[in-house]
Amino acid sequence: MTIKRFGVGLALIAATTALATTTAFAQKRYDVGADDKEIRIGNVNPYSGPASAYSSIAKSIDAYIKKINAEGGVNGRQIKFISLDDGYNPARTVEQTRRLVEQDEVLAVFNPLGTPPNTAIHKYMNQRKVPHLFLATGATLWGDPKNFPWTIGWQPSYQSEGKIFAAHILETKPNAKIGILMQNDDYGKDYLKGFLDGLGDKAKTMVVKQVTYEVTDPTVDSQMVELKASGADTFFNITTPKFAAQAIKKAAEIGWKPTHYLNNVSSSAGSVMVPAGAENGVGVITGLYLKDPTDPQWQNTQEYKDWLAFMQKWLPSGDLKDGFNVYGYTVAQTLVATLKQAGDNLTRENVMKQAANLNLDLPMLLPGVNIKTAADDFYPIERMQLARWDGKTWALFGKAMGR
Amino acid sequence: MNGSAIDRKWMWIGGLVLLAGLCVLPFLVKNYRVFQFNMVMIYAIAVLGLNILTGWNGQISLGHGAFYAIGAYAAAILMDRAGIPYWATLPIAAVVCFLFGFLMGFPALRLGGHYLALATFALALAVPQLLKYKKIEGWTGGVGGIVLTKPEPPIVFSFLGQPLSADRWLYFYILAILLVMFLIAWRLLRGRVGRALVAIRDHPIAASAMGINLPVFKSLTFGVSAAFTGVAGALGATAIGFVSPDSFTVFLSITFLVGVVVGGLASIPGAIAGAIFIQYVPNVADEISKSAPWAIYGMFLIILMYLMPTGFAGMVRLLLARLGRRSAVSTSAR
Repeated sequence: MTIKRFGVGLALIAATTALATTTAFAQKRYDVGADDKEIRIGNVNPYSGPASAYSSIAKSIDAYIKKINAEGGVNGRQIKFISLDDGYNPARTVEQTRRLVEQDEVLAVFNPLGTPPNTAIHKYMNQRKVPHLFLATGATLWGDPKNFPWTIGWQPSYQSEGKIFAAHILETKPNAKIGILMQNDDYGKDYLKGFLDGLGDKAKTMVVKQVTYEVTDPTVDSQMVELKASGADTFFNITTPKFAAQAIKKAAEIGWKPTHYLNNVSSSAGSVMVPAGAENGVGVITGLYLKDPTDPQWQNTQEYKDWLAFMQKWLPSGDLKDGFNVYGYTVAQTLVATLKQAGDNLTRENVMKQAANLNLDLPMLLPGVNIKTAADDFYPIERMQLARWDGKTWALFGKAMGR
Repeated sequence: MNGSAIDRKWMWIGGLVLLAGLCVLPFLVKNYRVFQFNMVMIYAIAVLGLNILTGWNGQISLGHGAFYAIGAYAAAILMDRAGIPYWATLPIAAVVCFLFGFLMGFPALRLGGHYLALATFALALAVPQLLKYKKIEGWTGGVGGIVLTKPEPPIVFSFLGQPLSADRWLYFYILAILLVMFLIAWRLLRGRVGRALVAIRDHPIAASAMGINLPVFKSLTFGVSAAFTGVAGALGATAIGFVSPDSFTVFLSITFLVGVVVGGLASIPGAIAGAIFIQYVPNVADEISKSAPWAIYGMFLIILMYLMPTGFAGMVRLLLARLGRRSAVSTSAR
């Protein structure tokens, strides 16, 4: 009896072990770019050329991956981060991406920067079925899992941001008369679409004036005068940094004091608010999603201290005031979390599946802003918190909004 | 007499071996390398176009990126909007660029040397912005550009175990165009026209005294040069499958000039050396240093100019002259 039971027990143990080992074996699956020791991840970034200021993103990603590797890697595998220069030239982006995929045989291409460079490789990545992960551009077209299942964005899309501003207006000023100034290109149209969608049926009655400018225009002064004359009391400013500064300055000069919403693209204190005249911009509202490393309210938190320690140890040459270093750190954490979640099943299909199955709270995202994706939701960050310019810095207010 | 006959025989044999090698080459490497070779050949055509203007005729252009862009957009719009097959876009791109180049040649008559360089520089600055102009956005696709479908090979076959992929098919297509363009340039430049261009470059007054019609020759040279670069642009659009204003910044124009100087002024084979330089050196520089790729690139350029002040073609000529007088005569590109 006992022997029999023992035998049964033994058989059971043997069976479970066998089952466990077979499942373990079944789980260890690889595509090109991954094995027991290494995961190869490719990246393209403008280290040279007019957009080279963005290269601090790739440098901080590289530094973060070095830190992860020194701590033992992801599930025991080291990440090999291969980052190449494209000079923000789409022709070279194509060449370098093909090198990554065909020569270096990476598992995924991660965080390539800029809308035109990514447009150039969009089709290629999807034809080759190579994950095109967490792009550094806010265009809305990266969240189209039906037609482009291998491409996923990262930062809030221009449309989601437009929706957030619309929601805030509906909540605080439902009878607003809105004037819109927008750059006449894909970027401007993307913001406008989100904003009008957000207002819904009320868009027709609320928007009283909509004017555009060309990137080639010298100023937006006449547009600002037109907007003031329309009697608008709320202003949505969809402009790139140079024009944003002009618009803020001109509004102050002509004595127009609307509730002023400024897109995140131009939220830089150094290149917009200060040149516009810091006091001219008091009260301007924008949307943020990352913690500003210069904001004193974060500097005593553990999250900031961790980031600071990372910067000092792994990227001592990095600028502590540069928000791109926070961007790189946070987007790299998203990548590491995705790979961790993929476990031992490192096929391209599974990496994409995990990228579309995230729910993360990352330390340098603003409180309430998270990363959340689903099989039909390829927009990882969709929440932002509004902030008001107080003459010196962006003061956050309210709660994180969106989605 | 006898010596040159033997030379000619060897040239033919060498040429055929080279051609056979070029035909086998794409099957020995990966598609990505084939794509790079394609870019080298495309740049070689563009560099040759600029070399006709700068090397032979002595007119400096800092704006050939603009003609490359016009050629690329002409091809892209024709393929995307009008559904014209990719091979049929080449002559149209060539004609369009010839006209633009010819028109650009008129101010070139009044502007000499540095002033011409500045005028063409203005063109290179203007074109990317004009491409974003909203009235023509319906055709150009604005900032977003135009995404094209890569041409599929018309026949299916394998060689050395490698299939004829889209890139390999384009390789043969571009190689054929390259040979045609080089042949045209060679026929054009080795005879009366070539001598007239050089005469204008070296001494315009003497040239006109000899009966060369300066305005016609200068404008036509500009047109032909732009047409070559435009054909390269059209091929580039086909090979990359995407055009956008950001692909054709002013830096592209300067890159072409670098290719001309590195390859060797007034040298047809030099264009290939120049194209290899502009294709591969930025990649090498990027691998050496991520923080200062331009500094490395600049260093390469300076070292090269010290080692071969007359470009690659000039150095080859010098070496051959040292090796033996006879071979130097037959390979002289002039």
